[in-house]
Amino acid sequence: MGGKLSLVQLQHKANELREDVITMLNAAGSGHTAGSLGMADILTALYFDIMNIDPKNPDWADRDVFFLSNGHTVPIQYAAMAEAGYFPKEELLTLRKLGSRLQGHPERTKLPGLENTSGPLGCGLSQAAGYAYSLQYLDDSKHRFAYVIMGDGELDEGNVWEAAMFAGKYKLSQLIAFVDRNNIQIDGTTEEVMPLGDLIGKWESFGWHVIEIDGNNIESIIDAVKIGKAVTNRPTMIIAQTIPGKGVDFMEYDCKWHGVAPNDDQAKAAMSELSTFDDKNTLGDNK
Amino acid sequence: MLNYQLNPDIFNDDVKQEPVRLGFGKGLKAAGEANDKIVALCADLTESTQVHLFREAFPERFIEVGIAEQNLVAVASGLARAGKIPFASSYAAFNPGRNWEQVKTTVCLNDQPVKIIGSHAGISVGPDGATHQMLEDIALMRVLPNMVVVVPGDSIEAEKATRAIAENGKPCYLRLAREKTPIISVEETPFEIGKAYIVRDGYDVSLMGTGTMTYQLLVAANILSERGINAEVVHVPTIKPLDNDTILDSARRTGRVVTAEEAQINGGFGGAVSELLSEQLPTPLLRIGIQDRFGESGAPLELFDYFGLTGNHIADKVEKFVHNKAQYHREY
Repeated sequence: MGGKLSLVQLQHKANELREDVITMLNAAGSGHTAGSLGMADILTALYFDIMNIDPKNPDWADRDVFFLSNGHTVPIQYAAMAEAGYFPKEELLTLRKLGSRLQGHPERTKLPGLENTSGPLGCGLSQAAGYAYSLQYLDDSKHRFAYVIMGDGELDEGNVWEAAMFAGKYKLSQLIAFVDRNNIQIDGTTEEVMPLGDLIGKWESFGWHVIEIDGNNIESIIDAVKIGKAVTNRPTMIIAQTIPGKGVDFMEYDCKWHGVAPNDDQAKAAMSELSTFDDKNTLGDNK
Repeated sequence: MLNYQLNPDIFNDDVKQEPVRLGFGKGLKAAGEANDKIVALCADLTESTQVHLFREAFPERFIEVGIAEQNLVAVASGLARAGKIPFASSYAAFNPGRNWEQVKTTVCLNDQPVKIIGSHAGISVGPDGATHQMLEDIALMRVLPNMVVVVPGDSIEAEKATRAIAENGKPCYLRLAREKTPIISVEETPFEIGKAYIVRDGYDVSLMGTGTMTYQLLVAANILSERGINAEVVHVPTIKPLDNDTILDSARRTGRVVTAEEAQINGGFGGAVSELLSEQLPTPLLRIGIQDRFGESGAPLELFDYFGLTGNHIADKVEKFVHNKAQYHREY
């Protein structure tokens, strides 16, 4: 991957990925905008700082692995993968189109670099836990880590809590999970649809080390993962408070942008706003 | 024509009987000895699924997941991504009864070599009743792209089938039964994924069985021969991929097909043969199995009798079927 990027460079990278997401979803005509924008900082931190990967050799045996559980946010993963060099950036415009390797929800068999197939919610944590179990107990690969991102609405699924118990029981210390805590799901806010309540307490009681962070702050994300990697007797859950639609004012915090793609005018407005990123973020609090 | 070696004692009153699941347990242990990538997961049913044989031999490769069948399969998918060959075992009622979507997405669409082991399938699980009598699993599994579906006829074949699916690199479903059933084969009998076998020659009707129903068909064939009907018996341990050639050849020779399974005839083995014949060789067909209803509590043998799955009931049905002239409109 070459030398590490500076924090400012990572912030710019995240903004570029947001621009890619807008362009892709506008071209596709459908897709999930809010979560993809909200998770841009986490995906940037993972692909451009945290994970030990080789985009030119996606199945490299010594790599870290990333499982996307809320597969509907895959546009941001595709954007990060293209930027990292897994495939040409032009291919991003084929998202959701017939014959594309970039399916509407990620399919491992279609695109090298994807570790799993997901979309139906609730089973990505299990898959990552299975991988982490192998690393810890079967492979003696103590330096490799399995990462997974779930949505917060996804936590309504029972399968998540089966996996939470499993990872807790086996103290899967090479498993680092994120919840994209953006507080929205399709029918409204998470607390209206099915209250999640005390998430920190819930995960702690399942035997996890829990860290809550601002999920749009790349430095916090990187620091939280460093802590997670240092915790050697339990899995780590990073509850990442994110802003759905982050970076585009008229999309932020609005449930209706969960599963909608921007039309031409909206895409133009969004790109125009994202292009002012430099002016808004010059080494202020977000440094 | 015969290409299956039957147990010479098969029609003796004291024919050796063993549960099919025991053959799986032995096969899993043997597969584990041959390949250290094999891991076994179980959902709180380790002894009754016979996975304890593997656990005792390879405790470091056994993973208890608790009563959580959705997690069972999705964890197995993650292990497969890490290069393992996971056997995910529970009762068929829950695995794949509870976790079908995880099987579809994380195993089949994801094309990972996870082995779904559904034990205690069929009505022969007996007194536990309809909730635990899995009858829809064949239909649920064979409709999935990439999936291989195997239903062994006895414990010896189950052992061979387990060894075979361990090494085929594909998602697989292995259907097992709880009760002791007669051993129909011997160690030398061939087993290959995707092959059907002619176990008895005949020319009046083809009786095609999957799983332990092949034994009942052999009993029925003996009864039918006393009534002047010469039945061919075809053992079909692999439902997907179906051995189209063997099935069509037999149907062509006899002109009448009967299928038998301890499962729903709709969508099950009978459904699979029906689809094949109706497209490629329309042939009068009788499907024996569970006729679009749920099971109920009872002793296994009582239930077999009640649902008409014993050799004598099958013989009666086949006799009527063969003599029903109304079915012959084969002027294609």
